[in-house]
Amino acid sequence: MSTTEESIQAPAHAAPTTKGGAVGYYIDDRLASASFTKRLVDKVFPDHWSFMLGEVALYSFIILLLSGTYLTLFFNPSMTEVIYNGSYVPLKGVKMSEAYSSTLAISFDVRGGLLMRQIHHWAALFFTAAVSVHLLRVFFTGAFRKPREINWVIGTLLLVLALLEGFSGYSLPDDLLSGTGLRIAQGIMQAIPLVGTYVAMFLFGGEFPGTDIMPRLYSIHILLIPGILLALITVHLIMVFYQKHTQFPGPGRTESNVVGFRLFPIYMAKAGGFFFVVFGITVLIAALVTINPVWLYGPYTPSQVTAGSQPDWYIGWLDGAVRLMPNLESNWFGYTFSWNILVPALVIPGIMFTALGLYPWIEAWATGDKREHHLLDRPRNAPTRTALGVMSLSFYMILVISGGNDIIASAFNLSINQITWGFRFLLFIIPPLAFVLTKRICLGLQRRDNDKLLHGYETGRILRLPSGEFIEIHEPIGEAEKAKLLAKADVVPMELPSAVDENGVRNPKAAKSIARAKLSQWFYSDVIPTPTDEEMRAAAEHAAHELHEAEAHMKQISNH
Amino acid sequence: MALNKRHPAALFAVLAVALGTTGAAYAAVSSQTAPKVVAKTETQVEQGKQLYLEGCSSCHGLAAQGASDGPSLIGVGAASVDFQVGTGRMPLAAPGVQAMPKMPSYNEEETAALAAYIATLGAGPGIPTAEMLDTTNAELALGGELFRTNCAQCHGASAVGGALSEGRKAPSLMDADAKNLYEAMVSGPQSMPVFADSTLSVEDKQHIIAYVAELQKNESPGGFSLGRQGPVTEGLFIFVVGLGVLIVAAVWIGAKAK
Amino acid sequence: MNELEHPTGDPYGAKDGKDLISGITVFPMEPHVPRKADIDPKAAIRAERQVATMFGLSSLMIILFIVAYIQVPADLLITIPVIGTLNANHLAIGFTFGMAILLIGLGAIHWAKKLMPDEEVIQERHALTSTNEERAAVQSSLQRGAAESGFKERKIIRRSLLGALALFPVPLIVLLRDLGPLPGTRLRETIWDEGIHLVTDATYKKIKASDIPLGGLINAVPENLLEIEHEEHNLNQRGKASIIIVRMDPADIVSQQGEAWDYQGVLAFSKICTHLGCPTSLYQQRTHHLLCPCHQSTFDLSDSGNVVFGPAARRMPQLAITVDAEGYLVAQSGFNEPVGPSFWERG
Repeated sequence: MSTTEESIQAPAHAAPTTKGGAVGYYIDDRLASASFTKRLVDKVFPDHWSFMLGEVALYSFIILLLSGTYLTLFFNPSMTEVIYNGSYVPLKGVKMSEAYSSTLAISFDVRGGLLMRQIHHWAALFFTAAVSVHLLRVFFTGAFRKPREINWVIGTLLLVLALLEGFSGYSLPDDLLSGTGLRIAQGIMQAIPLVGTYVAMFLFGGEFPGTDIMPRLYSIHILLIPGILLALITVHLIMVFYQKHTQFPGPGRTESNVVGFRLFPIYMAKAGGFFFVVFGITVLIAALVTINPVWLYGPYTPSQVTAGSQPDWYIGWLDGAVRLMPNLESNWFGYTFSWNILVPALVIPGIMFTALGLYPWIEAWATGDKREHHLLDRPRNAPTRTALGVMSLSFYMILVISGGNDIIASAFNLSINQITWGFRFLLFIIPPLAFVLTKRICLGLQRRDNDKLLHGYETGRILRLPSGEFIEIHEPIGEAEKAKLLAKADVVPMELPSAVDENGVRNPKAAKSIARAKLSQWFYSDVIPTPTDEEMRAAAEHAAHELHEAEAHMKQISNH
Repeated sequence: MALNKRHPAALFAVLAVALGTTGAAYAAVSSQTAPKVVAKTETQVEQGKQLYLEGCSSCHGLAAQGASDGPSLIGVGAASVDFQVGTGRMPLAAPGVQAMPKMPSYNEEETAALAAYIATLGAGPGIPTAEMLDTTNAELALGGELFRTNCAQCHGASAVGGALSEGRKAPSLMDADAKNLYEAMVSGPQSMPVFADSTLSVEDKQHIIAYVAELQKNESPGGFSLGRQGPVTEGLFIFVVGLGVLIVAAVWIGAKAK
Repeated sequence: MNELEHPTGDPYGAKDGKDLISGITVFPMEPHVPRKADIDPKAAIRAERQVATMFGLSSLMIILFIVAYIQVPADLLITIPVIGTLNANHLAIGFTFGMAILLIGLGAIHWAKKLMPDEEVIQERHALTSTNEERAAVQSSLQRGAAESGFKERKIIRRSLLGALALFPVPLIVLLRDLGPLPGTRLRETIWDEGIHLVTDATYKKIKASDIPLGGLINAVPENLLEIEHEEHNLNQRGKASIIIVRMDPADIVSQQGEAWDYQGVLAFSKICTHLGCPTSLYQQRTHHLLCPCHQSTFDLSDSGNVVFGPAARRMPQLAITVDAEGYLVAQSGFNEPVGPSFWERG
């Protein structure tokens, strides 16, 4: 017997002691899964409410898969015209597509069908909302930094896919609102230079609306995009698992450990329980609150429209951008350049998503920071990033609000023309203001943190010193608070390289590094260092001295 | 709303004026009551003229010929007056782009008198008869088609209203009664275009009125309607209530138990 | 509770009280404070009962769900304060189903929070980079593989393979060709032509010019539309040929797109927005402005349909109209320019 043969022989095993063990042994005999399973169940996750926003997105996605599958059992994505004869009386005898008629059947003739439709639609709003807020959490805490840049890009892709998936679903019922949305999408496609009309003709199988778009959107909505979403979500989660979750600073938390609870049993119960909470809340909302009452909008026909035609909230920013854009169009060399469509619908989104996806590298390049980061930044401790984030968010929010300018106008009796002009200006005024203001606030909060570290927190008790001076008694902050406040890694802006070398010859390569160093200095401008140990000691001694004096004075007074 | 409460004679009188001025052979309707009604009409027109001179002429001109502050009322008809004054839109509370419905300033008799006076100035649509407003034979589905073709673009598919240019708006139809709807269609108040009986027949209007009445039931099988404002309120709801509840749950999960 | 002994000998992997990587001060973990249920068996039993109650109520909700599904009529409407009038079956099954799910979640979380250990655990992170030896090993393996394949040396194979790989997706793209027709002149044509009657949309009645009141609006389509829709089984022509007819005082008309394209103040315009194609018929008769509800483009119909506000760049195309012998409105000709949104080749 050679040694090779020996090595492939299974090691001798003890017999399993429990029934569960027997199952485990059976699987392990085939997959050698024991050590992986041990790592899995012992895996430690840090605990913070904001870490659950991503979970909301994941669970909404599962709810979407479940409810969506149910809907496919009854939905018919055909544009063949039928005469409606279901139980919703006000539409009886109306000509409509099978897609719309089967949506009505789900709503009125399938018990629980309306519930499932509303679960599906509410879950879609939950999904996109949770993805967006999760993105903000990851951004503002710096969780995208090395080594998690790749996962950030996957997250950006997931966001784009979520928007496409949402829009394709919104279009499927073929009601007046969804058809209007598709009409606008088709108009945008037509405006694309060179290939626009071909893209539109091919996707719609001819002119708008044609009879092919519903079945095609259907396979995109239930197969293509969810398939990619599912694959990317899996990779997203594996990477979170493999790289371990980031954590907020606090006692015992370092860059090289994770402090929290094990997957089994705590997280199994908490995260599993949270899935049921998200699912339960979604079902309750679907039971109590109407979403997308398609029967009120009527079947789609390209000659009808309803006031207040809006997309779902996650497309609102795009619609808002299209509404705000001035009416520029050029005709050059016999071709039409529809800037009024291309800029808001393609250029701005293109810039937004590219900048979003590349942000980790942009920041790393600007700061020259090559370290790994597992401890999260408190947003105030990264003032420039936080200010950039709030600036971008304010830009986005103005677009979202502009997407509902007609609803705002009619709800608050305002002039839609004035609102639109107002937002056109605000789009350029608010973001820079938001940047400056946010940075100021962050720096102010940092100074307050330093004050707390040096002088403790204010108790509100006032004492009068012998000198006649009034002081407020400060109590030193607790260790946990101190750990949080002191967890600000020192940053060093890059040094400005000299434009000439030691011989006085101009260095042509210096220009790039000078630009970069300037960017780094801008990013780290107004750095407020945390107090050193000596400063804190001195401050503590000073406070103790003052307190001692004051107490002595008090004693004197009471003795008299 | 006002139709049921109005004195039947007053309504009849206004009708008589409307029919008379449009050249219909009124005498054929009823020879017995005619003299009495006509007599009342004359005083009514006179009363209406007085009311007009006191309350309306400052904007619309002494001869209702129109001025910078108000359009000409010659030929707008009784329907227009009954709608504008009866719903409280006129007289305007303050100069503005949009006349809002409010508590009417004139009672039913005064409104009828004003309508009667204006109707004498030129041929215009009269106040619809009960027969014209009868929707017993109306087709709901056709009404829906007509509503979505002619009305939904401004008032919204669910009739909750919508914005127009420069602060004007198409009002919600949720509280409008059949007569108001009819009068608005034939007279085209403010921004609204005119849908005369010659282009949108009486039957078509009955279909539409029946469909609006169906919308006014405000049945919402799927639960709370969120004001039927569409995706905007749905989006607000998911962030404020939906995500709000889940974040509270997440904070609870993360908080240390005692 | 540390699982591993850290090389620095510090339970947190710090050195001299400072984090090895970031240099921040490391504070020790705070001592664990036991919960009521940890020290008081009565509190533990209470928590246990609460959890079990939630799970029990969840099961009850499922039973109620089945009862509601079968017993509550599917078309029954009920009115509930605040919520309004809604479908009773929908509400009953939705509420029981939702509560059943929610209670499982609340029970599980309550169980974890009150009864499962709540002492935090420290786990080391593993390095996310490989050692130099590992990197060298994988590099040499890859180089060996490349050398053995001869990919580098055998240039003909390499180049022909790259060529083949570059071409193989071509059929996948070519096969998309039959998704739809080429644009051709489709976007420039509508079914309007000389002498075609204008008929009301939805009711398809011919329109007498004299019937249209001043300030009136009619949503209209060409007379031959229904026939073509029936023939082509689609709504494509409707999406281009829909029009609106308005009547204004001829004195109010500032300009038109063509000489005498109106008929005694009756004007016809395309209903399809030149911006992104929404049907546009929010006609405000006092100002003669036409507003699009999608993006608020506004056109002045008394002035050639020119844009006065919003993102639309082009005026609303006008349809030249006149009347036939009986006084019914007919088109003088088709549209003189493409209707609807701009497109690349429009020019």
